[in-house]
Amino acid sequence: MTSVIIDRRPQQGKSSANRQRVLRRLNRVLKAQVDDLVGKRKLADLDNGAEVTVGKLDVSEPSFRIDQGTGVSDRVLPGNDRYRVGDRLPKPDGSGEGGGPGNGSDAGDGDAEEDNFRFMLSREEFLNLLFDDLALPELVRKELTDVVDRKFRRGGIVRHGNPGNMSVLRTFRASIGRRVAAASSIQDDLDRVEYLQGDAQEIADQTLAMDLALQADAVRRRATQVPFIDPVDLRHRSLIEVDAPRTAAAMFCLMDVSGSMTELRKDLAKRFFTLLYLFLRRKYENVELVFIRHTEVAEEVDEQTFFHHPQSGGTRVLAALEKMKEIIEARFPPSRYNIFGAQASDGDSMGMDPIQSRTFLTERLLPLSRYFVYAETNEYAQTNTALWNAYAAIDHAGFNMAAVANRSEVYPALVKLFERERRGASNG
Amino acid sequence: MKDRSALIATGSEWTFDHLDALDRACAAHARRYRLDTFPNQIELITSEQMLDAYSAVGLPVNYHHWSFGKEFLANQKGYQSGEQGLAYEIVINSNPCISYLMENNSLAMQALVIAHACYGHNSFFKGNYLFRQWTQPEAILDYMVFARNYVAECEELYGYDQVERTLDALHALREHGVDRYKRPGKLDSLRERKEQAKRLQAAQERMRQSEYYSLLPQATEAVSTERVFPEQPEENLLYFIEKHAPRLEPWQRELTRIVRKIAQYFYPQRQTKVMNEGWATFWHHRILNDMYDHDQIDEGVLLECMHSHTNVISQRQFGQFNPYALGFAMFTDIRRVCEHPTDEDREFLPGVAGRDWLEVLHDAMQNYRDESFILQFLSPRLLRDFKLMHIHTDEADDAWEVMQTASSEGFEKVRRELAANHRMELYLPEVSVVRYRHDHDRSLLLRHQPYQGKQLNPALAEKTLAHLRYLWGYSVALESVDPSGAVLHRFSAD
Repeated sequence: MTSVIIDRRPQQGKSSANRQRVLRRLNRVLKAQVDDLVGKRKLADLDNGAEVTVGKLDVSEPSFRIDQGTGVSDRVLPGNDRYRVGDRLPKPDGSGEGGGPGNGSDAGDGDAEEDNFRFMLSREEFLNLLFDDLALPELVRKELTDVVDRKFRRGGIVRHGNPGNMSVLRTFRASIGRRVAAASSIQDDLDRVEYLQGDAQEIADQTLAMDLALQADAVRRRATQVPFIDPVDLRHRSLIEVDAPRTAAAMFCLMDVSGSMTELRKDLAKRFFTLLYLFLRRKYENVELVFIRHTEVAEEVDEQTFFHHPQSGGTRVLAALEKMKEIIEARFPPSRYNIFGAQASDGDSMGMDPIQSRTFLTERLLPLSRYFVYAETNEYAQTNTALWNAYAAIDHAGFNMAAVANRSEVYPALVKLFERERRGASNG
Repeated sequence: MKDRSALIATGSEWTFDHLDALDRACAAHARRYRLDTFPNQIELITSEQMLDAYSAVGLPVNYHHWSFGKEFLANQKGYQSGEQGLAYEIVINSNPCISYLMENNSLAMQALVIAHACYGHNSFFKGNYLFRQWTQPEAILDYMVFARNYVAECEELYGYDQVERTLDALHALREHGVDRYKRPGKLDSLRERKEQAKRLQAAQERMRQSEYYSLLPQATEAVSTERVFPEQPEENLLYFIEKHAPRLEPWQRELTRIVRKIAQYFYPQRQTKVMNEGWATFWHHRILNDMYDHDQIDEGVLLECMHSHTNVISQRQFGQFNPYALGFAMFTDIRRVCEHPTDEDREFLPGVAGRDWLEVLHDAMQNYRDESFILQFLSPRLLRDFKLMHIHTDEADDAWEVMQTASSEGFEKVRRELAANHRMELYLPEVSVVRYRHDHDRSLLLRHQPYQGKQLNPALAEKTLAHLRYLWGYSVALESVDPSGAVLHRFSAD
């Protein structure tokens, strides 16, 4: 009877199927948490995983259990160095559980399952939950969750590889070299044997001569056994995976923060910006975020202020567009940056502002930008606002607009951009 | 100067050659002590794989269910935050006997766990009567593969949600899936697959009949009380569900059977914790010392082993009994009583004192479980060494009263109480099916007989009953009754 020792370490873990089932079961709870995080987190941080907390109840597994506090209990405990027969040990307050010194360990049997259950969501899991109501097509979802673009490039010649990548030329070269080397060593042996044969003839030693003849045969046979191509000759072209070079982008988030932008509208706007940001992050090595909020005046603010500090006042879109142009000129020369503009507004705009904005956008901004997308975040899905009507007249390949009344409409607003960029990438 | 030629290894790094040599050395010592084992299959695993093994309740293969994933996440979190360590090994009652050893164990730890798991636990699995009766180590791995594939197939055919819902319900009842007084049938995945078709057909037939039944006018209360079914209370709830649940789909019956079979496989484990750990600890202690005496390991390795051994058998004052501590102490003490009995030992352990220790040890290992083992073999000396005390209370009392201590009279009473502390009834409520009104409204009545007046946790009972209700398809109720038959509590799910 012998034992077998096996190294199991190289094998993969088996837990992922069960993990997926936990996530599936907790889907509703997790989504609420992810939503909550979207509200709290910065855009750039959304690209990470997250720790989530789930109440025990969501994952409890009931069974018939005995309530140890009831009925008659007899316990035998070790280590008694202080109590005598007849001593009374008060039960701890509050708990109906066994009580008495050292009985705490039974608590796990009861329903003391109050503490929360926490675990980390990976980046992919987090984004998948985030995208769940955005109605993203699978392809886009995959593109966004993929870590980086990878490209293959040639990496020289290696000995091992796929037969399809065999370099015939290099293999032959190696083969010739090997055969020359083998032949020369055989020739050396042959020379030696022939020299000795000469000696043997001189001293007329029959046995030695016969022996040498056999040796010579063996050496000649060896010469026929040198293979034409040997596995050691094989050479393969090697392909190595490298990160695809990506360039820089600047993403401008423009949002109307006047009184009419409700929390719901801002939430839609944030998802709109998030999706665009994640998309750009995947395409470009470096994405700079600029937040411009506007009422009648426009100002560049940090993200926190952008999403969370309400302002009151009128609405003048042109101010924001002018601000954007000003910043582009100051910090983001279009020769070095791909400029993306994303504007979210409820469409309120007065007087000359819509028309002036359209003109400014078409003539000044679009020539500088790679893409500009306008999302009208308006839960009534009205598309006859002043701004909408003005923008509707823009006919430019780098411009798109959409009405976003609920979360599932965020993606359609960006779909044209995504398609265009993907085409651009595959051409490039 | 010691002879160093027999030395297997020193230091803390191990290689596969070391493991092989350690295993051979352990095997040779184990043979001298007549430890009869299944062949060993030792597998080296990473901490991640150890977490995996934890979550699959220690089986190398298991079907997929979210509860195992939850277990994994909880353990992973505990481990990564440093709150909890991982076991050095896990051993599986299978033939060959699979032991998982953690890769980051030191050389000394590997020696210890090989002796502990591969020769200690392994021989216990092969020898102890409960394991012999209730488990089939030859068949378990095949059966688990069958179970995993079947569950996966069901998920594909009937959807994740349905399968999950059914397994959730079955898991709630899985501790009630054992015939405690009947020996189970043999586990055989091949036969299982063959007979599955037959069972499915029979189930289909039953379904049809019950549908036909439902077309008949409902019987009134007065007519339906003549015969009680089942005639005897049935404590194997899962078995009863599998055979009689009126609305269960055939595949759900199969899942019931799978959960039941697996639960049954673990049935002996809980009743032999003290003995099993004690036995394995006793033998790793013995074998490591022998290896040192034979110069197969050096002082460094032995000291590290003994340091770890001491941690393993530490006992917290007034705490839950550490099964390693109690079990190790008892087996060691049995040897002492055999070899150097005192008058007291002769009085209280007449069947042990002065006999061949190895024979007594093997007999104890083979024919007892924790409760009977303690009742039979705990000596008065251990009672004093452990400074045992017996305390007592009841629901109405606000304090525990000390009934006996190590220094008082009545050693046998303390021993009886300690043995009773290891009874299943203490943590597993006795619940059985007492009435199935198959000719009336198909309701099911369960009865709980409280042990020592201990009631069920009401919130959990309600939830568990809801799971049973799902499986049964008609209303179910559970009554807690006192010994006179009076109903104390009634839970129901309609």
